[in-house]
Amino acid sequence: MKQVSVFIENKAGTVVGVLETLKKAGMQLYAISIADTAEYGICRMICDDPEGACEALRGAGFVSSITRVFAVRMDDQPGSAAGIVAMFASAGVDIAYLYSAIISGEPFLVFRTNDSDRAVEIVSSNGLTLAEV
Amino acid sequence: MIWNPNKECMSRDELRGLQGRRLHKVVAYVYHNVPFYRNKMQEMDISPDDINSIDDIVRLPFTTKQDLRDNYPFGLQAAPQSEIVRIHASTGTTGNPTIVGYTRKDIGIWSECMSRCLSAYGVGRDDIFSVAYGYGLFTGGLGAHYGVENLGGTVIPTSTGNTEKHVRLIKDLGVTGIACTPSYALHLAETMEKMGIRVSDLKLRVGAFGAEPWTENMRREIESRLGLKAYNLYGLSEIMGPSVSYECEHQDGSHINEDHFYPEIIDPVTCERLPDGTPGELVFTTLTKEGMPVLRYRTRDLTRLLPGECGCGRTFVRMDRITGRSDDMLIIRGINVFPSQVESVLLSIPECAPRFKLIVDRERNLDTLTVQVEVRPEYFAKGFDTLSPFTDLEKLVASRLKSVLSIAANVQIKTPGTIARSEGKTRFVEDRRVLK
Ligand SMILES: [Zn+2]
Repeated sequence: MKQVSVFIENKAGTVVGVLETLKKAGMQLYAISIADTAEYGICRMICDDPEGACEALRGAGFVSSITRVFAVRMDDQPGSAAGIVAMFASAGVDIAYLYSAIISGEPFLVFRTNDSDRAVEIVSSNGLTLAEV
Repeated sequence: MIWNPNKECMSRDELRGLQGRRLHKVVAYVYHNVPFYRNKMQEMDISPDDINSIDDIVRLPFTTKQDLRDNYPFGLQAAPQSEIVRIHASTGTTGNPTIVGYTRKDIGIWSECMSRCLSAYGVGRDDIFSVAYGYGLFTGGLGAHYGVENLGGTVIPTSTGNTEKHVRLIKDLGVTGIACTPSYALHLAETMEKMGIRVSDLKLRVGAFGAEPWTENMRREIESRLGLKAYNLYGLSEIMGPSVSYECEHQDGSHINEDHFYPEIIDPVTCERLPDGTPGELVFTTLTKEGMPVLRYRTRDLTRLLPGECGCGRTFVRMDRITGRSDDMLIIRGINVFPSQVESVLLSIPECAPRFKLIVDRERNLDTLTVQVEVRPEYFAKGFDTLSPFTDLEKLVASRLKSVLSIAANVQIKTPGTIARSEGKTRFVEDRRVLK
């Protein structure tokens, strides 16, 4: 699944600017997550048209790009996320970051690992469902 | 093309003779017409009769920007008001502005010198030339304007301001040449790209850039983004305006119009004259000016005079690029720092745009230097989802700055377009230190 990342400075109005740009471009946002340090941050997003979103953001002067992440469907019950993360941890695959998304009314766990090939194996051997966007 | 080979290519001996005769004349002229110079020379016990060759110039007093301010508005004017046909002024951030009056002859010499510059850039009668320096009190606009007219080219007095309109004029009128500040040239390129206009849609082929310091990297960037050959044009209003020196096709320093503006390089601290090739502060004496002649005016610009002959045939001495300002020099934790050093570091890193700001502050009695730099989005297009490419860049900039400046700087990466752009002179430095 494609994720849009935007480099942001930690100052008032930056995130509003990102969201306004996506709104103007008519993008539907499924998830947003911000990781930051004292001065900068990375805003990660899942939306219905990643290429269109990235282009709109660049046009508005933001530094943005597209990378691939996993979006695994969660069961709507306690412990589901923990179970998924544990599958990767026990296989020795590190998760760099994760956040949750609601896509077409269903909950998903969005994450990036340090080993995509192993991650694909874990997904298929455990019968996990990936988001289709 | 060489506009005036009789002067621009005259033998060094002949030139020195001419400079000596003109120096004697201008010294006698200010001695009799400007009390400021008469008093200074009397204090130093010299009279115009002591100045008989160009080498005697070292006996003369210096003139500083402060002298010009102290004698505001007309104290240094040598010609009677009835002879003055134009006044320009440069505004400083502090104190009185500097007022410079020109006689009809001064304007004629200015136009002549400017035509020499434009000819050296290959500008001729068939060129359509847009002057995008500010018109008005600043000398850039009218100075370049008169030069193009004198040369017989077509001048478009665009001035600064509406950049989109300017781009449209350049395209629709088939403008072939442009004069402006290098930062405005980049602003123009940015606007052009935003408007979806390509270099191949334009007829631009030559640009005359000056009024602020720029580097070889900026030159390459301007040349590729505007599709022209970029030449350096140097000048300052206290001496004349643009046209004091100019690059020829060899682009190995800028030839100084030495028959009108005599250059020296001095040590900015001891005021000792330095030999050719040694870097120091540039000093000019106007040899033919009538309105407001100046003796040994300290420009505060740091550069050197290049020894040796130029392949173009001109004999006028060449000055190197301006590497900084002796008064822009920041003393941070006792270390001399020139903004141009920071600029050269940033220009050596492709991810950094040539747009930066220095903030000097003092925290707990310790000076701090913050360097804000904009990134170029195209260098991050290949994909990122963490901050590491940005923090890595921050570390790279910091380590290069440390090795060049010998002091540590706090580096801040900024998104494109967030550091203020100026359409006039670029402001690089914000010194927030409050001393005493
Ligand atoms: Zn030359």
